Amino acid sequence: MMRAEDTARRLKQRHRAEKRFRFYGIGAVAVALVVLALLLGTIITNGVSAFTTTEMRLTVLLDPAIIDPEGKKNRDDLLQADYGAVVLAALQKRFPEASGRSERLQLLKLASPGARDVLRDMVMADPAVIGKTITVSVPASDNIDLLRKGKMTRAEAVSGAKLNERQLAWHDKLAADGAIRGTFNARFFTAGASREPELAGIWSAVVGSFMTLAVTLVVAFPLGVAAAIYLQEFAPKNRWTDIIEVNINNLAAVPSIVFGLLGLAVFLNYMGLPRSAPLVGGLVLALMTLPTIIIAARSAMQAVPPSIREAAVGLGASPLQVVAHHVLPLAMPGILTGSIIGMARALGETAPLLMIGMVAFIVDAPASPMSPATVLPVQVYLWADSPERAFAEKTAAAVLVLLAFLVVMNGLAIYLRRKFERRW
Amino acid sequence: MESTTRGTPAPSHTMLRANDLDVFYGEKQALFSVGIDIPEREITALIGPSGCGKSTFLRCLNRMNDTIPGCTIRGTVEIGGHDIYARDVDVVELRRRVGMVFQKPNPFPKSIYDNVAYGPRIHGLAADKGELDEIVYSCLERTGLLGEVRDRLDAPGTSLSGGQQQRLCIARAIAVSPDVILMDEPCSALDPIATARVEELMEELRRNYTIVIVTHNMQQAARVSQHTAFFHLGTLVEWGATEQIFTSPSDERTQGYITGRYG
Repeated sequence: MMRAEDTARRLKQRHRAEKRFRFYGIGAVAVALVVLALLLGTIITNGVSAFTTTEMRLTVLLDPAIIDPEGKKNRDDLLQADYGAVVLAALQKRFPEASGRSERLQLLKLASPGARDVLRDMVMADPAVIGKTITVSVPASDNIDLLRKGKMTRAEAVSGAKLNERQLAWHDKLAADGAIRGTFNARFFTAGASREPELAGIWSAVVGSFMTLAVTLVVAFPLGVAAAIYLQEFAPKNRWTDIIEVNINNLAAVPSIVFGLLGLAVFLNYMGLPRSAPLVGGLVLALMTLPTIIIAARSAMQAVPPSIREAAVGLGASPLQVVAHHVLPLAMPGILTGSIIGMARALGETAPLLMIGMVAFIVDAPASPMSPATVLPVQVYLWADSPERAFAEKTAAAVLVLLAFLVVMNGLAIYLRRKFERRW
Repeated sequence: MESTTRGTPAPSHTMLRANDLDVFYGEKQALFSVGIDIPEREITALIGPSGCGKSTFLRCLNRMNDTIPGCTIRGTVEIGGHDIYARDVDVVELRRRVGMVFQKPNPFPKSIYDNVAYGPRIHGLAADKGELDEIVYSCLERTGLLGEVRDRLDAPGTSLSGGQQQRLCIARAIAVSPDVILMDEPCSALDPIATARVEELMEELRRNYTIVIVTHNMQQAARVSQHTAFFHLGTLVEWGATEQIFTSPSDERTQGYITGRYG
């Protein structure tokens, strides 16, 4: 009798414990999801506005007296001409009340310095426009942009000495004319670094990241897979291979900045490779990614059923044929997944790249892996460090782009795994 | 006989001869001084309780034990008078001549065609696609698979039933024209109907190949083999004509095993 009661009691206890355990699990997942949603939510709400920008429509007289006083249409002269004066003239025509040097300067500050570049590009593309009066959209300054997006109130603008009352009045008039409007910020995806937030873009960092990762992949993947094949399939099991194995596992846990120091000492100081170059960044990240790839590849090969090996060996396949024809194709999905996840980690890596000087201010996209470059996470770091308020949204937007790349890479890993696994 | 094993000399021509064969896994000795003659174009069954060394012995015959770390072998195994453990032996060529079928059907995760074609391809046995087709079709024909899979040679080998997979593995083994086929409990993972089909196939293959089969199933040994060898605790206790081993064994350990006193 006692025993039956005991059993019932224990059973109840067991069910309770199970329920409790399930509850803990769901709780942990829920907390993780909330934190993730919070993180993504903050980044998206901060960053999404960076994908639009503010333009100012101006009626501009491309005055030959300013642009080409000698009338020779010499390209060098046209390139060097004072387009700022053209912009100012256009603004002054709209607001004739602005007089005196400081007021004129305040007026000019409504437009971005990028406005000059827009006019210059127009003239360089077709010098025939000189002398004509055109209506053109030019980028507004970052403060006007912040004001339009509601990221800065008028009171803040005045108290922070960003815009004074007079500038606000001009802005209001332009806005009332419908001359100030938001548009898609294509510049963000095509421009490089700039001191002016409204002109800054991520293109040079994207190209730098791409080149760096290309070098990483080309170096780390073949080396890692070759090392894994040798260690897994051919190396004798002795003390030396044990030591190597332990060290590879340790290497995977080494802080990334140590690899940066190694790169600085070996690639820059000893081998004399150029600073800030994607080549060096890629080599450093390759060193960092190698252990990940080796470990992933080894475990993928270990998971190939021994019966397949035996079948091949029994038919007279040589050890190399066993690996090349059977083990490697079957392990490939696992190797690819591990490698892509390693590459994704490399894509997000900042610390080692700071050590080798990839923290440079890069306006133009790097032309080759030897030219100075920066990468996305470093660009995020640089923008986060900038004093201008408008860089805050750029930072979040760059993080979004970085996350998008990571999602694409992880998606690719899943896709490749599915695709190769479907071959039975 | 100079070896400790009692047995009758094989009546027909000897294909494989093991002499004083010792096998060690690390420190542990798995086979003790095994000597046996395996006659050509007949089926020799290796029987004995679990862990008696019959599979170990089978895997010595095509040097599959080489792949096991810590495995050392002393003694000789001769094929046609040549020791396969001699220094100058090419293991790859040896394994072409001595094929193997495993306990669990293990087709490659490739198409049925590629499974059979793999061996001829790596050994360069076919000069062109036509010859390769011929080999593949004739091997599938001889294992009775062709009729069942003719219209789906591109299907994965793993999509076949267990019995079909095992016959595919046999087709794969004979595709490299071996002299000997080693079978390590080839029917233990199959149902009775598939088993009967494979046994039938073995009987047919006997005309062209020497077959050595390890089996746990004494009825199977009695049904398919002409010669039987009984292993116990790493020694070859007794070997000879199947009929003689099953009806009048000379060792009482053999007697005990075949009458089911232990197993």
